[in-house]
Amino acid sequence: MKPAQFEYHAPANVVEACSLLASLEDAKVLAGGQSLVPLLNFRLARPAHLVDINRISGLDRIYERDGGVAVQALARQAAVEDSELVARACPLLRDAVRLVAHRVIRNRGTLCGSIAHADPASELPAVLLALGGHVVARSARGRRTVGADELFSGVFETSLAPDELVEETWFPAVSGEHAILEESRRHGDFALAGVVRAGDRLALFGVAGTPVIADRGDPTRGLQPSGDLEATAEFRLHLVRVLTEQAFAA
Amino acid sequence: MNVNGVDHPAPTDPRRLLSDHIRHDIGLTGTHVGCEHGVCGCCTVLFDGAPVRSCLMLAIQAEGHQVTTIEGLAPDGAPLHPVQQAFHETHGLQCGFCTPGFVMSVVGLLKQNPDPTPEEIDEGISGNLCRCTGYASIRRAVLRAAELSR
Repeated sequence: MKPAQFEYHAPANVVEACSLLASLEDAKVLAGGQSLVPLLNFRLARPAHLVDINRISGLDRIYERDGGVAVQALARQAAVEDSELVARACPLLRDAVRLVAHRVIRNRGTLCGSIAHADPASELPAVLLALGGHVVARSARGRRTVGADELFSGVFETSLAPDELVEETWFPAVSGEHAILEESRRHGDFALAGVVRAGDRLALFGVAGTPVIADRGDPTRGLQPSGDLEATAEFRLHLVRVLTEQAFAA
Repeated sequence: MNVNGVDHPAPTDPRRLLSDHIRHDIGLTGTHVGCEHGVCGCCTVLFDGAPVRSCLMLAIQAEGHQVTTIEGLAPDGAPLHPVQQAFHETHGLQCGFCTPGFVMSVVGLLKQNPDPTPEEIDEGISGNLCRCTGYASIRRAVLRAAELSR
């Protein structure tokens, strides 16, 4: 038995999930679990309640909306990777998803979960930021749209309230030049540093507490990445410069 | 939940991981447990036909779903599953600890892509670690498994 004690809830629909999130103290949403369950296993996270949304039907659609692609809360990353709509309308998203961990992880992991988890080294938040997409946050109080530029507030932190569920994430269609490039120690690892290009926009990941928008002419301006056993801060800055150059060289 | 064609009750404690439930409660110890945080791939099982990490799921989440473990690929006395046969023929294992996870991942890989290129094979097995570093033989095993599955 690895995780600490928690109370388990498996709501049958979104309304029920939101009412649980509204009434419970210290609840976490369990979607794919590919980031949350390791944290539970190591007891780095010890929520009092888990609200497992996997029993909710009809919440796994990937569909066209407002000239872009909406990905609902239970759409697995593997489904995004295989989606013809994503390949056609937002190939940058497909390229990014292929860099997320491994296929076996993507079979279970959800895109919305990656966004809500807000790992600073994760690809998907940076793609959302580069494209200027948004999430639809649902709670018992209603729905609201939160733009990527307002969403990521710190390391593993978003501006969403504890009672809000990421019901779907919306990515604008990509036309024109785009690229996602990263450097990691091993295939599927989190990136030491990475860049996303969408047209003229550039977003960086792995080099700050959140994904950040940068200027292609001077991509490292103002950056103070941390150094660790895998890469020094200076090496991360070097990677940003080189990857940016590559992303715009096409 | 249905494991290898047999129905089992869900555990009473929701904290029970699927990997521990399979091993300790159901007694199928072919599913190995290595890192318990989704890195090594030893605990890979098929969940409704697709490979997943059983250490990253709560057993209670499998209620109403189909789980296939390494024991479920070929019944006792029946010929080996093509992927098992391929690992056997090409010596795709040394100590064998990682093998059940590799085999389950490769079953999923070949279902998704029956004729993978060498690059796609590397990509497909990159989520599993072999501490004996026997990757060259494992790669050959995947190629052979693709042949045997045709």
